[in-house]
Amino acid sequence: MTAYATEAPTAWTAACPSARLRPDDGVAVLLPGGRQAALFRTRTGLYAVDNIDPFTGAAVLSRGIVGDRAGEPTVASPLLKNVFSLRTGLSLDDPAVRLDTWPVHDDGTTVRIGTEGTP
Amino acid sequence: MEELVVIGNGMVGHRLVEALRDRGGDGRWRVTVVGEEPRSAYDRVALSSYFDGATAQDLSLGDLAGPGVRVRVGERATSLDRGARTVTTTGGTLSYDRLVLATGSAPFVPPVPGHDLPGCHVYRTIEDLDAITAAARAGARTGVVVGGGLLGLEAANALRLLGLRAHVVELAPHLMPAQVDEGGGALLAGLVRDLGVQVHTGAASTAVEAGPDGRAARLRLADGTHLDTDLVVFSVGIRPRDELARAAGIAVGERGGVVVDDTCTTSDPRIHAVGEVACHRGTVYGLIAPGNAMAEVLADRLLGGRATFTGADTSTKLKLLGVDVASFGDAHGRTPRCLDVVVNDAATGRYAKLVLSDDASTLLGGVLVGDAAAYASLRPLVGSPIPGHPLALIAPQGEPVGADALPDTAQVCSCNAVTKGDLVRAIGEGCHDVPALKACTRAGTSCGSCVPVLKRLLDKEGIAQSKALCEHFTHSRAELLEIVRATGTTTFSALIDAHGTGTGCDLCKPAVASILASLGNGHILEGEQATLQDTNDRHLANMQRNGTYSVVPRIPGGEITPDRLIVIGEVARDFGLYTKITGGQRIDLFGARLEQLPAIWTRLVEAGFESGHAYGKSLRTVKSCVGTTWCRYGVQDSVGLAIRLEERYRGLRSPHKLKSAVSGCARECAEARSKDFGIIATDHGWNLYVGGNGGFTPRHADLLASDLDEAALIRCIDRFLMFYIRTADRLQRTAAWIEAMDGGLDHLREVVVEDSLGIAADLEAAMDRHVATYTDEWAAVLADPDKLARFQSFANAPDTPDPTIAFTTTRDQPVPVGLGMPSLRTREDAR
Repeated sequence: MTAYATEAPTAWTAACPSARLRPDDGVAVLLPGGRQAALFRTRTGLYAVDNIDPFTGAAVLSRGIVGDRAGEPTVASPLLKNVFSLRTGLSLDDPAVRLDTWPVHDDGTTVRIGTEGTP
Repeated sequence: MEELVVIGNGMVGHRLVEALRDRGGDGRWRVTVVGEEPRSAYDRVALSSYFDGATAQDLSLGDLAGPGVRVRVGERATSLDRGARTVTTTGGTLSYDRLVLATGSAPFVPPVPGHDLPGCHVYRTIEDLDAITAAARAGARTGVVVGGGLLGLEAANALRLLGLRAHVVELAPHLMPAQVDEGGGALLAGLVRDLGVQVHTGAASTAVEAGPDGRAARLRLADGTHLDTDLVVFSVGIRPRDELARAAGIAVGERGGVVVDDTCTTSDPRIHAVGEVACHRGTVYGLIAPGNAMAEVLADRLLGGRATFTGADTSTKLKLLGVDVASFGDAHGRTPRCLDVVVNDAATGRYAKLVLSDDASTLLGGVLVGDAAAYASLRPLVGSPIPGHPLALIAPQGEPVGADALPDTAQVCSCNAVTKGDLVRAIGEGCHDVPALKACTRAGTSCGSCVPVLKRLLDKEGIAQSKALCEHFTHSRAELLEIVRATGTTTFSALIDAHGTGTGCDLCKPAVASILASLGNGHILEGEQATLQDTNDRHLANMQRNGTYSVVPRIPGGEITPDRLIVIGEVARDFGLYTKITGGQRIDLFGARLEQLPAIWTRLVEAGFESGHAYGKSLRTVKSCVGTTWCRYGVQDSVGLAIRLEERYRGLRSPHKLKSAVSGCARECAEARSKDFGIIATDHGWNLYVGGNGGFTPRHADLLASDLDEAALIRCIDRFLMFYIRTADRLQRTAAWIEAMDGGLDHLREVVVEDSLGIAADLEAAMDRHVATYTDEWAAVLADPDKLARFQSFANAPDTPDPTIAFTTTRDQPVPVGLGMPSLRTREDAR
């Protein structure tokens, strides 16, 4: 399954074994270059967004609760509960704030995050 | 600025200054309040709660002093010079442009021989109550109250609460002659006698006689008999404190009271009078509601308004010795040719009378004794046509009168003179729940008896009191709990598929997680449940602002051995944790990274600790003072009880956090009354208080039950907590839950103490299951590799710590750096 690449990534980072990422759950993934992704599996797909909550500066989004707002898949920051779209990374509380997103691929054995080409 | 001097700092004087301030009068008047009591204004209506655990602080109406308002307590006005426009007090001389007499009244002591002997008391001020308490503590066994009116019965209850045998002696043929008719008075006497108070009606007191020690020892009655007693409380009536006005030549009424017109102005246009000192159209009102109405009228007038006071409703509803008594309108049936409809049910202890117009179409007044639930809906109907048959309104299963039946002019809240029209307008202007209506109109903020009508008005105005948890569930938390219980659902996905929409969110998931945990569904990190948990529950520790956690080892009751204290210190040192003592008698260790938590817990578990719930909607701590273990004042083992309670209720998931404390004596050093459930030792056992909290809206807990032994206390708390868990809304603290409950604290007491719903055994069984299945949640994580996998920094680099976390040193300890303060508006702020 592939999610939301606007152009094909040129490199993939292995995040975890497929079985490790359970439905409606998230994990933090360390990307090449030191950035961190929050990787989620929901009922609607796989998503990777920046792990750093822009409202607090803390790397905690992988520990947030996933769900939806009017059908839009979301994660809520565990700190001040700001909610972000998992699809677009946009803050649903403040449209000026947006998380970076990365494409995700699960081949049934390993979940990978596309780290070059986007964003 | 003009000078306004208010003589008297009682409830009405206080209300006047508040009303001026609310109307923006602080720019026009510089106010000086002079009060002779040694403290600022307090709630005299609730005075008897002083014997039921309330303190002088609880009764206080708050400090008026502020910009433009000076309050001089402990200072008595002694004379008035109307020519010079000055008032002389025991503290100096004050000039005024306008003067307000709010001096209230004094108890009337009949001039029988011996009325001034030592051992004779009155019942009006906190000092009077202290004197009665001191006499009781000095060994008094029996007390006689002269006067069987409202205050006399309150005084009798006070004597009873102080452990004295109480007698009430009333001159009239029945109790409460001013409010209640003979039938109601007779039933009331029966109910009061059942409580152990001896009632003597039609009895004239002729003398108080001294014993050998010169103190009051017996009360002589006109029929030649006497009552042996250790103290006498006179409560036969009140007299207006009009002496200042009399001496200054201001007009007073035939039977006392400073004569005022409809603007609350006396015969001197610069001098006003309000409250119990005022005599309006020949009437001196001894109730708070007319006093408040006068204060509002005068405040309006002082700012150039046109308000008038044209008389007031003397309806009252109160609970005396646990007996509901209410009277309203023409309770005595003085209207010519009026008709009575009476239900006098000695079997259930209920008396109800309606007074109707001669054609039985219009309600004129009524009396309710034993059950005054109908008061809130009947009183506003006075002067209106009655809906349906009158008997239906007071029959035991009578339906509450619909809000529709009330005319717009009907006063729904008589304490604060708020009409149905005022409330409907406020609802139209956006007050969409009871708290908003209370804040905006003041309705329901005094005696609270009209709150059920406020709810019905909201319903009628089509304000759906939405209890929907969030966009995914239309149900309230309590409804979802019942669904989960009835269907045996054990997962969130099954619940949302069957009863909700979408995939859930950060509101409904933790709420359902809490419900599943409250009903006992294994470890909270088991399977899907882990993904539902709110921030702290998700990793069983408190997440701090930089994403690290704090760990708070459980220290039940705050009792800890030196060796265990050293273990905590060693763990903090070895993991480099910032250390701070909490307000809950524990030690908080900050700055643990997610991946360090298991290692920290391992060390704690080895030393016999469990990491504690300093987080989550669950029991936090049970604080204690040292009680009889050490304290020379302690009367019970507060530490032992606190430990047993904390161990019983630990891990209990609830709609909001739960805090508790146990104090070993009435000095209350554990601050139990600021807790959701607080326990205070008495000579005979334990008093249980519920519904207290600190935080944004601090509130003292109210007494639920007294003098319980430990087994009864625990049953009571079991029922209270389980009833709360089953019926409260999400994030509704116990105080708000009780306030929102129909019938409030009284209803809660019926359910929890008297088992009026017949569910006590079920609630107890549910708590027993919780206690039997409790396990150390942290030790369980250490034993399960699946759960341990949740405690990794990165799924692809578990040995690499989060590089964004950094610490600096402040006051010799590590604190987070580099993140700055959150600067954007959050959702919680926006709510």
